[in-house]
Amino acid sequence: MASYSTNEFKSGLKVLLEGEPCSILENEFVKPGKGQAFNRVKLRNLKTGRVWERTFKSGDSLEGADVLEIDMEFLYSDGEFYHFMKTDGSFEQVQATVAVVGDTKDWMKEQEVFQLTLWNDDPIAITAPNFVELEVTETDPGLKGDTAQGATKPATVSTGAIVRVPLFVNRGDVLKIDTRTGEYVSRV
Amino acid sequence: MIRARAEVLATIRAFFADRGVLEVATPVLAPRTVTEPHIDSIAVPGYGYLQTSPEYQMKRLLAEGAGDMYQLGPVFRSGEFGRLHNPEFLMLEWYRLGWNDSMLMAEVADLVDVVLGGAEASFVRYGALVDTPDDFAYAQACEGLSGRWFVTHFPKSQAALARLHDDGQTAARFELVIDGVEIANGYHELADAEELAARFDADNIKRTSLGKPQMEVDLPFLAAMRAGMPECAGVALGVDRLVMLKAGGTSLDEVIPFR
Repeated sequence: MASYSTNEFKSGLKVLLEGEPCSILENEFVKPGKGQAFNRVKLRNLKTGRVWERTFKSGDSLEGADVLEIDMEFLYSDGEFYHFMKTDGSFEQVQATVAVVGDTKDWMKEQEVFQLTLWNDDPIAITAPNFVELEVTETDPGLKGDTAQGATKPATVSTGAIVRVPLFVNRGDVLKIDTRTGEYVSRV
Repeated sequence: MIRARAEVLATIRAFFADRGVLEVATPVLAPRTVTEPHIDSIAVPGYGYLQTSPEYQMKRLLAEGAGDMYQLGPVFRSGEFGRLHNPEFLMLEWYRLGWNDSMLMAEVADLVDVVLGGAEASFVRYGALVDTPDDFAYAQACEGLSGRWFVTHFPKSQAALARLHDDGQTAARFELVIDGVEIANGYHELADAEELAARFDADNIKRTSLGKPQMEVDLPFLAAMRAGMPECAGVALGVDRLVMLKAGGTSLDEVIPFR
């Protein structure tokens, strides 16, 4: 990979820092009039999502990271790995560990398209689509007469995730869920 | 934006007209430039360099006997671009004969009062901001200063072209910081040509250690200093940043057109 000097740092550039793939969020030039120039840089560690702040002398450089963001279709999970396939017709597959999938497991619906972050061709992060549609597999029947506005109950959906839903939702309903908040949006 | 800038320029010119300080205009493009380790000039092949400050040329005018003077004009620094930096910026520089740094700080405070409105300015020594001289630590400490602050008593290693205080360890150099933004840098000027020549050589050695090319020492400037520059104090002030503060902005994007 090429290396990049501080004056080439810009938002979205993927670099290696302490051996970890990072995306640059902000790059601020700091220089006392007569003094040395620095760049105060915020980077997101693409593996952990944590934001790092580091100071570099202007002119220092970092190695670029071979990071690719790509849409892939979720095929299945074998308990140890989640398997995805490219959507470009190549049928090429990659597998992601349970650790990489993390909380996104709640929205892992087969045949749904997810955004994978690949580092040296290995998945390091998975982003669910903003909305997924999932079937309710388990929920208590709504109590008769309980018409309080905004009252909710828990419902288990096909992926095993539990979401708060309005009382009128029944087993077998398909729900639209916002994956960013984990909240029920509507019945489909 | 352009109106706020025009008002500040008119205010500055009226301020100096009232005080009998002469406006001068020295070349922006000149054959030689500074040796400073951390200031890089933009070369114009076949002609020389865009000036990083009008200092040397104004001092040559002082040595010729020109008297109290100011200049408002563009200066250029390679590689400086950011929220508070632009490779071209507008500098106000002025010199007062027979003054020292304390007297000049008072006048800088007066000018800022006229432009931004009156407010108390405080004083802090460099050594109270940073334990050991360090440019990044200093920059961070300045960012934390709210209100108007003059930083004084810079360490000898950061004297630039200021004379040293009698203690031999600190320089008669000051900077004005307003709400965390460096606005001005001034000196009780060093006029000793041999000491200046020694500092230029030290600059070039430092440049080599930083992997930068050495710069040709400005011999006509040193010759003028040998001929004799009157005792004086001088200061350079970043006008774009001052306009930005007046406009309540946080970035030069808000005050420099076409940026």
